[in-house]
Amino acid sequence: MDSRRFDRRGRRLPKATKIVVAGGFGVGKTTLVGTVSETKPLRTEELLTDKSVGVDDVEGVEAKSTTTVAMDFGRITIKDEFVLYLFGTPGQERFWFMWDEITLGALGAVVLADTRRLADCFPAVDYFERRGTPFIVAVNCFEGARRFQLDEVEMALNLGEQVPIVLCDARDKESCKDVLVTLVRHAMKTRREKRPVEV
Amino acid sequence: MTMSDSQEPEDVSRDLPDAEPEGVIVDGEESHERWLDEQAGPLVRPYVMTRGRTEPVRGTFDLITMVVATGLPAAPELGLDPEHQAVVRLCEEPMSVAEIAGHLNLPTVTVRVLLGDLLAKGLITVEDPQTEAELADDDDLYLAVIDGLKAL
Ligand SMILES: Nc1nc2c(ncn2[C@@H]2O[C@H](COP(=O)(O)OP(=O)(O)OP(=O)(O)O)[C@@H](O)[C@H]2O)c(=O)[nH]1
Ligand SMILES: [Mg+2]
Repeated sequence: MDSRRFDRRGRRLPKATKIVVAGGFGVGKTTLVGTVSETKPLRTEELLTDKSVGVDDVEGVEAKSTTTVAMDFGRITIKDEFVLYLFGTPGQERFWFMWDEITLGALGAVVLADTRRLADCFPAVDYFERRGTPFIVAVNCFEGARRFQLDEVEMALNLGEQVPIVLCDARDKESCKDVLVTLVRHAMKTRREKRPVEV
Repeated sequence: MTMSDSQEPEDVSRDLPDAEPEGVIVDGEESHERWLDEQAGPLVRPYVMTRGRTEPVRGTFDLITMVVATGLPAAPELGLDPEHQAVVRLCEEPMSVAEIAGHLNLPTVTVRVLLGDLLAKGLITVEDPQTEAELADDDDLYLAVIDGLKAL
């Protein structure tokens, strides 16, 4: 912390941290990011040629690989010293390199699920389990998601007992705040348990 | 702010005789030409803007590395492109690499190259995020985030 940089007006340059919002197509990722962000979510379009082909000179302009992949993100200023970014994963799951970049160094991840299309969130759950990223599952309340369904979700996803599952409405700010607080608490607990015991 | 707010980008393509793509040349509404590959959209300009470079000359820039302008004047002899200047203006206030990319409508690979140039010239200061190892060891960060979220 002592090495924290200052800008020319003597203000500290804030440190940033991030949370990943993942889940299947159309499950409400961008909605959640927008609901809690202080500004309208931003979006970047990445060129697949950059990393997938390893272009390193101007020949890149002739590359035939032509896909772009988008990610959405929003910003929450926590204090002067902290900024929290929320990153929505790209809808197309095959672009794993983007997931890696978004997930590296994240506090944790929220996997959004829609009970009508539960299987859509399996790839995200698998991904974070494999990577060891703390995550929770938030069931987005599209029509008819009810409390008792959480048990069914838990069974279907076959999650470890310690993974929290909550209901949410991605359009509601209080609900999104609850989801994020639940995640950060869970992440803190998980990281603590993984920490080597000091001798 | 978008690139179209800034002055007309210098035509760097003349340094790159082979850079002309087999695409359609479209007259953009913003008065400068944009090359569009039929399937790709605006694929070419970012590479031209960085003269084909995809790696920054200095620094590694995470998506959430915070950047702020040092306030050093962007003197003409520094040889900055309009895109560099746009980044410096945007970073009057601290901003992440991802936000710069979002505001300027550029891929992060391009923004990283521009930032590397600016870092080498002393025009920006950066603050990198915690590594995963540091995260595992810092309860204060989690607690601050929880408090901050509750206060929203
Ligand atoms: N009823 C209801 N509708 C929602 C909720 N969250 C999102 N929606 C709607 O669902 C649609 C899709 O939401 P998005 O936020 O765009 O979903 P996304 O996950 O970002 O979608 P992709 O990026 O395309 O994968 C929008 O029309 C939202 O208004 C919710 O909690 N309840
Ligand atoms: Mg979306």
